[in-house]
Amino acid sequence: MASSELLRIATAGSVDDGKSTLIGRLLHDTKAIFEDQLESIELTSQKRGNEQTDLALLTDGLRAEREQGITIDVAHRYFATPKRKFVIADTPGHIQYTRNMVTGASNANLALLLVDARKGVLEQTRRHALLSSLLRVPHLVLCVNKMDLVDYSEAVFDEIREEFTAFAAKLDITDLGFVPISALEGDNVVERSQNMPWFDGQPLLGQLEDVHIASDRNLVDNRFPVQYVIRPQSSEYRDYRGFAGTVAGGIFKQGDEVMVLPSRRQSRIAQIDTPNGSVAQAFPPMAATLLLEDEIDISRGDMICRPTNQPTANRRFEAMVCWFDETSSLRTDAPYMLKQTTRWVPVEVEALRYLLDVDTLHRDLEAETLDVNDIGRISVHASSPLFFDEYRLNRNTGSFILVDPTTNLTVAAGMIIAAGGDPATGEIVAQDITFHPSKLSQEERWSALGTGGATIWLTGLSGSGKSTIATAVEHSLVSGGRSAFMLDGDNLRHGINSNLGFSPEDRAENVRRTGEIAKILAEAGNVAIVSLVSPYRGDRDRVRAIHEGAGIPFYEVHVDTPLEVCEERDPKGLYAKARAGEITDLTGIGSPYEEPPAPELVPDADLETAVRQVIGLLG
Amino acid sequence: MEEATKARQAAVELTDLDTLEAESVHVIREVVAEFENPVMLFSGGKDSVLMLHLARKAFAPAPVPFPIMHVDTGHNFPEVIEFRDRVVAEHGLRLEVASLQELIDAGRIKVGHELESRNRHQTVALLEAIQTGGYDAVFGGGRRDEEKARAKERVFSFRDGFGQWDPKNQRPELWNLYNGRHKKGEHIRVFPISDWTELDVWRYLAREQVDLPPIYFAHERDVVNVEGLLMAVNEFFPLPEGAEVERLMVRYRTVGDATATGAVRSEATHYEAVIEETAATRITERGATRGDDRFSEAAMEDRKKEGYF
Repeated sequence: MASSELLRIATAGSVDDGKSTLIGRLLHDTKAIFEDQLESIELTSQKRGNEQTDLALLTDGLRAEREQGITIDVAHRYFATPKRKFVIADTPGHIQYTRNMVTGASNANLALLLVDARKGVLEQTRRHALLSSLLRVPHLVLCVNKMDLVDYSEAVFDEIREEFTAFAAKLDITDLGFVPISALEGDNVVERSQNMPWFDGQPLLGQLEDVHIASDRNLVDNRFPVQYVIRPQSSEYRDYRGFAGTVAGGIFKQGDEVMVLPSRRQSRIAQIDTPNGSVAQAFPPMAATLLLEDEIDISRGDMICRPTNQPTANRRFEAMVCWFDETSSLRTDAPYMLKQTTRWVPVEVEALRYLLDVDTLHRDLEAETLDVNDIGRISVHASSPLFFDEYRLNRNTGSFILVDPTTNLTVAAGMIIAAGGDPATGEIVAQDITFHPSKLSQEERWSALGTGGATIWLTGLSGSGKSTIATAVEHSLVSGGRSAFMLDGDNLRHGINSNLGFSPEDRAENVRRTGEIAKILAEAGNVAIVSLVSPYRGDRDRVRAIHEGAGIPFYEVHVDTPLEVCEERDPKGLYAKARAGEITDLTGIGSPYEEPPAPELVPDADLETAVRQVIGLLG
Repeated sequence: MEEATKARQAAVELTDLDTLEAESVHVIREVVAEFENPVMLFSGGKDSVLMLHLARKAFAPAPVPFPIMHVDTGHNFPEVIEFRDRVVAEHGLRLEVASLQELIDAGRIKVGHELESRNRHQTVALLEAIQTGGYDAVFGGGRRDEEKARAKERVFSFRDGFGQWDPKNQRPELWNLYNGRHKKGEHIRVFPISDWTELDVWRYLAREQVDLPPIYFAHERDVVNVEGLLMAVNEFFPLPEGAEVERLMVRYRTVGDATATGAVRSEATHYEAVIEETAATRITERGATRGDDRFSEAAMEDRKKEGYF
């Protein structure tokens, strides 16, 4: 058999528009269905009293689906012709499963949409077209099905074609095809229909076989996310250091000058290995192993590109996301883990810009969250820079998933629109921030210093004794020869945080800044001791996430002194003022304190013991 | 100009088999990069042979960085065990055997009689071996074209602490971004050859001239016809009363428990002939050769929920 290309198709359609029958028909007419499968569905069809063999039964896989009579998840089907191998991601059409359509479309070369000739373009048709365009499926074919039920009318077909063309013009669809079919009767599916001589286009299968997909890839911008480092450590391959990965863009050639991100070190490609030996060039979607001329420290998550053509490096970006999780909604006060290419990075969603109504394309700017199957635009802030391209330029480097770190569920899928949105307005700020990593690695620095950095984060009510403990810990560490530095919330408010008040937003910013400073101190090899009320859990969790992202130990210490005791101590007279109504937002009185659910330590009330416990955390 | 463009494009296109190979290699590397303790199931069947071949290519010239595991029902074709041991020796692999016989002898698994099919009991041995070995990722050679329930299986298939699969609670998979995050005790089943069809497997193995157990090619064998399945006459298969033994040219399309795997008539003694037969066959490999999948329409779905591969 001659070698051929692989084409991935995402199908979508409303309930009852005959999608399963069409797939059954394609499989049947290309002889991808086996006799025992056919016998089994013939039997079932007879049992149900159907006149014809119900080809839809071929694709309705799971028992729950058969009982409900609907498809509930993405199912994959395979067939081949001498020209191509086809993989169909068959996704259900009904409204609650937008996420499945998005999933199927993510890898598709072509989207196949069905409409019932009697019903014309429905809301669901528009939704599926929008999703295909959002996911940048390069080709779209609209099948007008059940033509047999409208007497194979050219006028009906033309009307639907015009209506859909007008709608598609509002979307970003580059290649749009149409075909009038009857999946049940087989008209224009594989063979040209005798019933529609007026249609001069190709039958569906012919269109699927001939659509040109080779140029849909980005072959210009060289991108190679490093997936794994191959070091055989055998005598035969003692010096072999290969950087394995899947080419995400461009054509890499032997001898090419390359740059590695984030280190920005440069070298040349000495050799390109593939599963089938050494080759002169590698291109998407090849799995390859690059060997460089110079010894550069490269690890998983790094990106190899050209010095003259680099991806965007930024911590902030704007993206469209589809929310997948049924059990949680989008939160802007909780950290997520983001996977893009081969990197996992802690991120937070800074803002929801709008919720997109997929039927009307209306943007709801007032929306407060995204629920399952919602699509919206968000602004993301990552704890370390990501190397990406806009999704419309490269589906491999512009896509990401969000994972809830508590449940490990994939909660959303995203497509990057642009870098560095302004946190407040969402406007794209022209910026070309390049991340300059310090030449010393953290390991090198800490091992040279003979000590590692860490952050101790004391949280609790005003008057709980945070600063007392912090001062004692700092004193004890420094007099023991260890570099430690205390960051006191009150003191910082005189300087770097002097422009902040006590609203939840300002408190969040106060915590964020203090957390960043602590992280830098710790990175430099100090023990940063923070004494800050930091009443909100989300704010503290974000600080923890940026530390974890940078590989710095973070110890949350909850100084859990009862409110009555704090109020009795009232070292700053704040409680008295609050009770007198002079201040309104004191934590514990007018403003909530969210206790840490799992702090590393709740120290003893006795100061000496508490200090010993805190220092004990450092090991 | 146009010719030049075409020539350039032609040079940067992958064939369908190369695309499948690249995608599978990506999945295998991703697992090794993100998991602490992966293991690959290896039955000696053609799908596991393919999977191991891809794993070797994914890390070449370094050795395969994980062990392989054989879930041994005790009802084996001797040719397959010989093949398994040869492969292990040849490529310097670490082999772990999860033995059903040991569990049966220890009274941990109850079997009705010595010669009933043990496919169903493989689950127990497998889950126990996963737990004992502390494996957090287990590669399996399942393909989505095999069976309806498999068509919905993810590439990374999440299993809870009991090894169970919940078809309604699977993580969405987009692009090539796999989410393998899990808690201690949970594990992920990984199916790197999900998108290969039976014909793809044969075409690729032929292209690569990969060694297979000899029972995959046509050979003479004493068989009996049991309700359409050609069962080999051997120690594991008691002759049904009044059964007529025939000596036929047969080959196997799948390799499973020797009591439940049937052969098909075939003259295909080499790869090219097998591909021709596979391209022309009108019966699925499971329908043709697996007694155990025939019992109920939802048989596979039920077994998967229990933790079967």
